[in-house]
Amino acid sequence: MAVDHCSLDIAAGEICMIVGPSGCGKTTLLNAIAGFHEITSGSITLDGNVLCNAAKPKADPGSDRIVVFQNGALFPWKTNLENVKFGPAMRGIMSKAEITEKALGMMADAGLAGVEQNFPGEVSSGMRRRVEIVRALMNDPKVLLLDEPYRALDSLTKSVMHEALLEIYYKNKVTIFFITHDLEEAIFLGHKVAIMTTRPCKPKKVLTIDIPHPRDYGVLTSKRFRELMEETEEIVHEEALKAFEAGEREN
Amino acid sequence: MSSTAGGASLRARGTTLGGRLKASAVDALNFRAGRWLRSSKPYLALLGFALFLGFWYYAVEVARLPRFKDLPGLTVVVREWLSRSPVYGLSIFTPEYYKHILISLERVGWSFLVSTLVGVPLGLFLGWSRTLKEFAFPIFELFRPIPALAWIPMSIVLFPSTESSILFLTCIAPFFATTLNTMLGVESIDSAYMRAATCLGASRWQVFRHVIVPGAMPFIFTGLEISMGLCWFSLVGGEMLSGNYGLGYMIIDSFMNISYPNIVIGMATLGVVGYATSGMVRILGNYMMRWRMRELALGGRS
Repeated sequence: MAVDHCSLDIAAGEICMIVGPSGCGKTTLLNAIAGFHEITSGSITLDGNVLCNAAKPKADPGSDRIVVFQNGALFPWKTNLENVKFGPAMRGIMSKAEITEKALGMMADAGLAGVEQNFPGEVSSGMRRRVEIVRALMNDPKVLLLDEPYRALDSLTKSVMHEALLEIYYKNKVTIFFITHDLEEAIFLGHKVAIMTTRPCKPKKVLTIDIPHPRDYGVLTSKRFRELMEETEEIVHEEALKAFEAGEREN
Repeated sequence: MSSTAGGASLRARGTTLGGRLKASAVDALNFRAGRWLRSSKPYLALLGFALFLGFWYYAVEVARLPRFKDLPGLTVVVREWLSRSPVYGLSIFTPEYYKHILISLERVGWSFLVSTLVGVPLGLFLGWSRTLKEFAFPIFELFRPIPALAWIPMSIVLFPSTESSILFLTCIAPFFATTLNTMLGVESIDSAYMRAATCLGASRWQVFRHVIVPGAMPFIFTGLEISMGLCWFSLVGGEMLSGNYGLGYMIIDSFMNISYPNIVIGMATLGVVGYATSGMVRILGNYMMRWRMRELALGGRS
């Protein structure tokens, strides 16, 4: 069992960070929301509509909840632009010209002008992440499900990516469900941080980050940030220790 | 803070999830296609040839080693191959020679085409549909070890003409190689790609076209290179038995007529033509997978 009696409420347009040790079941929860995994009991609703419950254990994957995967799932055989255009192109909701225009615009906004015709394998991993996020946002999803998207990046790139994500968020105001093991990242980005227990996971503590948005890198040295880190560090460390002793395997 | 458009509230109430997460198959992409990117070292290749030819010359004509001295020597073969009026009737100046080459090439072309056109779609569907795999794969695996030689009697009964019989026999081994490699190619695709495509709104058929087919390409082309070699392999055996034109026939006929230099000419020609046709498949593969070529050129830089 990966998740046990987990209850969580996320408001519209909120960034909710899920922090927990490796292997605790966070990805399983995300997969259930996305529709890749079945639930055994309880329910998941989106804007009041039931995605899945005991009667319908598996949600239908759809473009209202788009996942950005841990190791990246940009199609290596398509150019960056083709990747970004993929969602609307498959669904056929806009004309080709409209799709291209929107894609070029969003890529420029995200600082990706100039790499449209490159393949994902040719650009840096930070850029790949951004392309993937733009690819998701092209479909106007209600929720962005991010599964440790910055895990593989070095800390210098990471800090830049955080600010880039916030910039994108301020323009699009999509609800974000962000899984991470990095507490600093969680407090910096999130409105709400849910600290999960080890497997089977449930929220051990949910705190609201009262640092106002828009935030920038200066927040990391602010007094309030330090206070929040102190409050939560011990809880996270406790769970990490339990996970380590239980010998959790990485997902 | 309040939000307007673009947001949605998400509630998870008392959810309990069971079962293990399905582990995604990590791909083991074959880097054969990338070898072309290494800057060619023609000098080493020439040195390799020189050493081989030198040994042949030395063993047969100079040192006259026990078994080797009965073989046709390097100078004899080269003189024959390049002479305007060859003693044994075959050289680069005789039309007969090219007739043999073209007939073999034509047969290989047909067998490669048929085995590819049947094998690739079958492999794709075997990888894509679990039901089909459960239904068809056991039969497939049962037939796969049966070599073309064992099919000769069946082939004579089933096919009216010698030519179609030969074609059938030469298609067998390449077909199995292509199908198997294609199927493995599909299975090697990381499931994250398929999930991503699905949540972006692609239908099952769109996932097949935009994810499965391009994703399996590296394995497909590995299979095609192997199958090209198998086409030649199967062909020569068939030609030796069938008794009309072709490089295989030329070799066995030269043996019967005691024109030994022609055997070596035939073998060398097979080598050159086989290398060239495999090279063509590789070049086609590189063209269709430009994304991979560019990625490998950068050393897979992240």
